[in-house]
Amino acid sequence: MNRALVQRLGFAFLGLITFVVVVPILLVIGVIVARGIVAINWQFLTTMPHGGMKEGGILPAIVGTLLLTLGTALVAVPIGVGGAVYLSEYARDTRLTRAIRLAIVNLAGIPSIVYGLFGLGMFVLFFRFGTSILAGSLTLAIMTLPVIISTAEEALRAVPQEFRTVSASLGGTRWQGIRTIVLPQALPGIITGVILGLLRAAGETAPILFTVAAFYLPRLPSSPMDQTMTLPYHLYVISTQVPGMPLSIQYGTALVLLALVLSLNIVASVIRRHFRRKRQW
Amino acid sequence: MSNPSTVKTRASGPTRLRRRTRVSEFALETLIRVLGFSTIGFVLLIFLFLLREGLPAFFQVSPAALFSTHWYPTYGFFGTLPLILGSLLVTLLAIVIALPLGVATAVFVREVAPQWTREILKPVIEVLAGVPSVVLGFFGMTFVAPLVREVLGAPTGLTAFSGALILAYMALPTIITVAEDALDSVPRSLRDAGLAMGATRWQTIWRVVVPGARSGILTAVMLGMGRAIGETMAVMMVTGNAAVMPTSLVSLFRPIRTMTATIAAEMGEVARGSTHYHMLFGIGIILFILTFLINLAAASAIFQKKRKGGLR
Amino acid sequence: MVAPNSTQGAVERTAAHRTPASSYAGREPKIRIEGVSYWYSRRQMLNGVTLSVPDRAVTVLFGPAGGGKTTLMRLVNRLNDLVEDTQMTGRILLDGEDIYTPGTDVTGLRRRVGMVFALPLPLPGTVRENVVYGPRLAGERNTSRLSEIVERSLTQAALWTEVRDRLDAPALSLSGGQQQRLCIARSLALEPEILLLDEPTSGLDPISTAKVEESLYALKKDYAVVIVPHSVQQAARIADVAAFFLAGELVEWGEGPEVFTAPKVKQTEDYITGRFG
Repeated sequence: MNRALVQRLGFAFLGLITFVVVVPILLVIGVIVARGIVAINWQFLTTMPHGGMKEGGILPAIVGTLLLTLGTALVAVPIGVGGAVYLSEYARDTRLTRAIRLAIVNLAGIPSIVYGLFGLGMFVLFFRFGTSILAGSLTLAIMTLPVIISTAEEALRAVPQEFRTVSASLGGTRWQGIRTIVLPQALPGIITGVILGLLRAAGETAPILFTVAAFYLPRLPSSPMDQTMTLPYHLYVISTQVPGMPLSIQYGTALVLLALVLSLNIVASVIRRHFRRKRQW
Repeated sequence: MSNPSTVKTRASGPTRLRRRTRVSEFALETLIRVLGFSTIGFVLLIFLFLLREGLPAFFQVSPAALFSTHWYPTYGFFGTLPLILGSLLVTLLAIVIALPLGVATAVFVREVAPQWTREILKPVIEVLAGVPSVVLGFFGMTFVAPLVREVLGAPTGLTAFSGALILAYMALPTIITVAEDALDSVPRSLRDAGLAMGATRWQTIWRVVVPGARSGILTAVMLGMGRAIGETMAVMMVTGNAAVMPTSLVSLFRPIRTMTATIAAEMGEVARGSTHYHMLFGIGIILFILTFLINLAAASAIFQKKRKGGLR
Repeated sequence: MVAPNSTQGAVERTAAHRTPASSYAGREPKIRIEGVSYWYSRRQMLNGVTLSVPDRAVTVLFGPAGGGKTTLMRLVNRLNDLVEDTQMTGRILLDGEDIYTPGTDVTGLRRRVGMVFALPLPLPGTVRENVVYGPRLAGERNTSRLSEIVERSLTQAALWTEVRDRLDAPALSLSGGQQQRLCIARSLALEPEILLLDEPTSGLDPISTAKVEESLYALKKDYAVVIVPHSVQQAARIADVAAFFLAGELVEWGEGPEVFTAPKVKQTEDYITGRFG
């Protein structure tokens, strides 16, 4: 057979496979948007659920997820960015550094349900935080760390070495160089990494099953020691544990969660693109 | 630097070169070091707490019973074999589906697609990576499972196959991204050599580029596997959750239960301190070690590649 | 020169500079390099270099690429501390004081020894921010004093008239030659005693090169200037003291006119006359 024809057929086949990969992704989003949008209205977003969750809104789940994500950020961002600064600016290629990198790879690979077990064992039981926003935030924060550290380190390393040299040649200490040049220049990349890490935390269910989640709690949490409903867990509950749940509420909840996560995703990539175009090095 | 002229004064002698210690800066740098080391601490803590809660199980249940074929906790049967096999079956099947799809897509995106197509494809694949697993599980339950049931004529669509299908798509972003990087790192000169010898782009891709990216693609598979074996929510919602031994090919289209789903489904109802409770942590230990090994293998490939990069 | 104090200082130093060139050997050197050898990951970059750098004169380090000129410069302000896996023997004295003594204030040393790199490397930010970067890190907060520093440094670097109206423009909006003079001004803002310039004109067109060289003539009245030139011609034009480096060895050094008109070593002569390099 003609070689050019083989190549054209081959490329077409690869394109077809890519199509097979991409279409279900669009299908998931399309179906959830189309079926969920009918359930969404102001009341759905701003009221408590009632009637065995078959009526009313999902306000406590939305608020719970936002609070949990905020708590995760408060813990994970300082540790993650600090760890990234250490790896990019201070660490030399020693056995200890390699151990840290290995630890990060493994933290990234630990199954989310195992994080849930760990959170239960350490924060809920050992530290006696109980099932609470505090315990859940800490669990999610440790799970989020590898994402934040890896992306922040990448952003820090992308800042040209010359800037550090110039700063040092002008009498700057290493930390002054980091504070005045490296961190500000890496900031967009760091923010992108933080958002990517947090949106993963916001969508997780398994780590919060035994650390935060309330099955049905139609009020807003008032302290970090409270339990709370969350969007992902609520979706799990109403789609598997409650018989006779109206499908529109299920799809509506899925849509709110998806919209939250994807809009954060879009924010992250807009930041990344905007600053990549703007920077001159 | 109070006045320009004072700096200019050229006093010589040892006083000029003495170090000034900055306390706050020292404290900050120490803190940064501690934060850098903290990740090691977290891995150890996770393992420690899993051991603390999980080890008793291995004393309370005999090794033979541990690997028997029956998991009926309420009757005191703690055979983990069906769960382990369930996890492996779903994971392997997911990889078998995801590997060709992922590599083909990576080749298409990196080597074939024009710039504008690439700029549409990349964000779509990124979106998939961002969809929460519970949403995919929900979609799998309400949309994919009924489809599988109709197509196969099976009694239920909640099967190992449905789970593997969802898992494959969850592993795809990882596989595609890592495989793309691997293809990208194949040197330009190798491609040019292939083309110069009169090979078509198609031949060059399959005879030069893809073989050159072999180790990177293997890494992609490992990472995708790690992701798949640890996946919980989607699997729990889609596989039907029956702790039965997968015995034949037919098992693919029957309900099944994985290690992750077992922990997630049963931890809520068990009494703290019971054998069942410790046993669930014991499964956690197995999962931890399994993913640790998989990621260690993947990581050693990554580190080797980085070390070749030389001076930072 | 706007600050009255600096003007005074400049007058004094001009007087000092009138002493004949031949007296460099008798003067106390600003920098004394004694038997310095240097290795980077087991590769030897410098071998037993001994050299004196006089104050208020231009010292030229020249020779083919890879001879160790840049390495030596970066040892004088200890920038090589930032590089891992290196080893050094010998001593470097600044005003008679060993700068590698443990406990040395390295950042203070770098303020005394300014450096300009081969490529113009403005920091992100405006022209003004670039100039005041060093003084700010050193703790200068007074805005009027900072503006004095901006004007004085840019004047010394022969850039003030060109950028006086664009102080708040991004540094990267300047031309290549202007950026390099900005980098010189940025070093001068710290009022160093020594200025190290590593091929400062390598990326510049002839007109910009002339402007930078012009500012060097003005600068040597106040500073010990050490420069790696980008050509033998440039070396001959500006050298008060010249040192020829070849493969990590200091082959020959002496007063500029002598080295370039009557080199003692054959390798130097071959290089100057263009037989290699």
